[in-house]
Amino acid sequence: MGILEIKNVSKNFGGLKALSDVNLSVQENTVHAIIGPNGAGKSTLLNCLVGKLIPDTGSVTFQGQSLLGRRPHEINQMGVSRVFQTPEIFTDLSVFENIMIPCFAHRDGAFQMNALASVRKQSDIHEQAEAILEDVGMLDKRHMHAASMSRGDKRRLEMAMCLVQEPKLLLLDEPTAGMARADTNNTIDLLKEIKEKRDITMAIIEHDMHVVFSMAERITVLAQGTPLVEETPENIKGHPKVREAYLGEAQV
Amino acid sequence: MEAIILQILNGLDKGSAYALIALGLTLIFGTLGVVNFAHGAIFMIGAFCAVTLQRMLSASKSFIDETQTDFLGNPKKVEVPYLHDWFGPEVGQSIIEWSVPLAILFAIPIMMFVGYAMERGLIKHFYKRPHADQILVTFGLAIVLQEVIKAFYGANPIPTPAPPAFTGAFDFGALLGFDPNTIIYPYWRLIYFAFAALVITSVFAFLQFTTFGMVVRAGMADRETVGLLGIDIDKRFTMMFAIAAVVAGLAGVMYTPINSPNYHMGMDFLVLSFVVVVVGGMGSLPGAVLAGFLLGVLESFASMAVVIDLVPGINQIIIYLVAIVILLTRPRGLMGRRGVMED
Amino acid sequence: MFGLNSKDSTLLILVAVLALFAPFILNPFPEGSALAQFNAGYPDLMQRFVIFGIFAIGFNILFGLTGYLSFGHAAFLGVGSYAAIWMMKLLTLNVIPAIIMAIIFAGIFALVVGFISLRRSGIYFSILTLAFAQMSYALAYSVLTPITGGETGLQLKATDTPLLSNLGPTEIGRANLFGLDMRTSYELELGTWLFTFNTGYYIAAVCMLIGFYVSIRIFRSPFGMMLRAVKSNQQRLNYTGLNSKPYTLAAFVISGMYAGLAGGLMVAMDTQVGPERMFWTASGEVVLMTILGGVGTLIGPVLGAGMIKYMENIISKINDNILHQWFAFMPDGIEDFLVTIIHPFIGKGWHLTLGIIFMLVVIFLPGGLVEGGQRIGRMFGSGKKADADTGAADTKPAE
Repeated sequence: MGILEIKNVSKNFGGLKALSDVNLSVQENTVHAIIGPNGAGKSTLLNCLVGKLIPDTGSVTFQGQSLLGRRPHEINQMGVSRVFQTPEIFTDLSVFENIMIPCFAHRDGAFQMNALASVRKQSDIHEQAEAILEDVGMLDKRHMHAASMSRGDKRRLEMAMCLVQEPKLLLLDEPTAGMARADTNNTIDLLKEIKEKRDITMAIIEHDMHVVFSMAERITVLAQGTPLVEETPENIKGHPKVREAYLGEAQV
Repeated sequence: MEAIILQILNGLDKGSAYALIALGLTLIFGTLGVVNFAHGAIFMIGAFCAVTLQRMLSASKSFIDETQTDFLGNPKKVEVPYLHDWFGPEVGQSIIEWSVPLAILFAIPIMMFVGYAMERGLIKHFYKRPHADQILVTFGLAIVLQEVIKAFYGANPIPTPAPPAFTGAFDFGALLGFDPNTIIYPYWRLIYFAFAALVITSVFAFLQFTTFGMVVRAGMADRETVGLLGIDIDKRFTMMFAIAAVVAGLAGVMYTPINSPNYHMGMDFLVLSFVVVVVGGMGSLPGAVLAGFLLGVLESFASMAVVIDLVPGINQIIIYLVAIVILLTRPRGLMGRRGVMED
Repeated sequence: MFGLNSKDSTLLILVAVLALFAPFILNPFPEGSALAQFNAGYPDLMQRFVIFGIFAIGFNILFGLTGYLSFGHAAFLGVGSYAAIWMMKLLTLNVIPAIIMAIIFAGIFALVVGFISLRRSGIYFSILTLAFAQMSYALAYSVLTPITGGETGLQLKATDTPLLSNLGPTEIGRANLFGLDMRTSYELELGTWLFTFNTGYYIAAVCMLIGFYVSIRIFRSPFGMMLRAVKSNQQRLNYTGLNSKPYTLAAFVISGMYAGLAGGLMVAMDTQVGPERMFWTASGEVVLMTILGGVGTLIGPVLGAGMIKYMENIISKINDNILHQWFAFMPDGIEDFLVTIIHPFIGKGWHLTLGIIFMLVVIFLPGGLVEGGQRIGRMFGSGKKADADTGAADTKPAE
């Protein structure tokens, strides 16, 4: 029984079958990559996990609890965090405020009517936020306006925002999309470091095979809305079905 | 039955005005992505084009006529419009009386210029700013425009009659086989409706059958792609703004005999027209037209005595009530497209 | 002070001092002098400064922090006013219960309107709030006449017999605070200067200071930070485990309660109310005030409210004769020319001036007067003072 169980999930958009009968199990404390050609349904699947979309049929359970019908903030509060394809941060706020918000969410829950409390006086939140900024090496940028940061820093910040909540499952939607090779390698190192330090499960949707093969312990190949194979990276490399699905698109 | 037909007819002229303004608003929103709070002011400027032409045509020379005396016994001062001099009293007088229809020709170039100037001078700087900023700056512009008109024309409504040929009423009752005089409908309102239908048809035909229109429609669907094709979409969008201004302006010109224009008529119509656009679906041209007529007719039904007895005050709030219900049940409006103004 | 950092305390004290000495500050010109028409230190106008200041402070909590642009806030002002006048008609002429009821009723109404309107965002939200406000106006004008007095509105009458107040048979009640009549004023003559200290004004000013203090606290609270996060990136907020709905709804209700307080105070000052208070132009006015002053800043809305009310009362009083007096030193031709040029912008044309200023601010100075002040401050190199008012951008944690 995995930490995340996806059973018989289907999703149609009008006449278009985005997902048909997807079964997938993500084991605790593993890095599980989901790969596949464009339009394979990777993003749809992810959106079904975080409450943005509701599958037409099937079930999604996280630690034995169903995720279906729950809204994004509820799923997050259960311990599922998400990193977006383009970093989603609070661009109008400072780096430190960006980090404090998930700290508050972690401590106080989805809503707290603390309109007369002072942000200044929440020393536990400040310590927590400083610690994570130290971890990702951004403490010196704490007063920066988040919008003015480089893309790589935004990505780092977003990951820090997710990690500070100590999620059990981290969903990453093409975390290195559009990055230069050096940045990609930095991101891989950051993720590996995170994995070493914490008990965390990661599910990665990724195009870049370099990222996939340097991190993943299990790989599921998705094509036309159905999982083709699920294997270890070693066994995936020469798999005929995978070659067929990609038709030479992959950089394997 | 007679009462129902009468209410439908009564709703049509107001509905026509809503539809025309909403059509222009949607054209601007759909093409330029701008929420234009100054569109009501454009409608009002159109109406004042009619007022201006009427005044220009009735420009008179005054002289002392020794043959006539006023009530004090002094020689009477008479004013004779120049047009009477030029074309003879009869033709001259009828030209003056026909000033409202003539104002259509007068208003088209003016409104085109107003639209062009507004887009180039102000709106284009706001394409990349948030919708809230667009609302605010056009709201400010609307205040300025209506105050300028107030400074020139005063605060009181200015009567602008229709040509005498259209002042009568048409007896629909007799035509449809009911008792005579049960369904009386003023000619001018009939003309207003026909005019609105003509304008709406022309706009749709223009968008459907010309290459210009085709590009604009493609741009409404996907602005970036059309831009990538090497078409100067900006220039066309400026033209669309001018066309939208003409549509609203003509709606204003023709509305003057129905309600004497005043400087705040634009704002009054704007609030309702926005509701119409939202009900029709942001960015949907057929939606705007449909919702315009629908809400016009609904409003007129709600003002029937029977209905008011049943639900007091319903005539005052029906449009807003419908808008709230539609927005909550059909967020995209009656015919709205997916992804318009959604975060 | 009161849990504020030193910068905010300074700002609060500054506003308190300004409010306390407003009768002096706003009356800089001696009575009877040519410039006396620029004096704004008379009770009626000073009351309006602070009351509309409260209204704008509340509006700014919604629009400035969350970015939700409500075009129907006057409805809450109106509801507050009606609630207050009924308290005075039925219960007591003391203004305290009236003001409390005004806040409660406006809050409840805002809860209902907000609950429905906040299901949509962007322009749809603006239109929904506008629709609700226009509906309230139309109903207050027509069907609800038994409650609202219809077109003529409600006033205190000789026939009103509030339970707790002893009135003579034909006496018309006057609003008071534990017996202190709101309309009493103390006039101080210093040479040719005349200063008026009005009870009503000071009560309203105290309310404004409390409101201002609470708004600083909200800006500096985790709650306020969440509201700014809503404006910045609502999707990220939801995926960070925070439910944006109750946050925005709470902000909406709070700002509705501020509007209710303003409405209640209006009634406390002049004991009357009419439906035009709820018309959408009144909602537009508070938008103008907030933007003009500086949206999202602490002091901006108060400045904006002051500026608009000052223009409304002072510029609208200037007429051609006054202009001729001013320009009398010039040659006749130039004098007439100048008067003709300026004429459309003064007197009844003050709306035109307002509209132009508003447009200029939106185009060139999106941060309003506060940003303008900062720019001037920076020009003169006194950067220290310049950032004192940036409410939003400035919540640096304690080091």
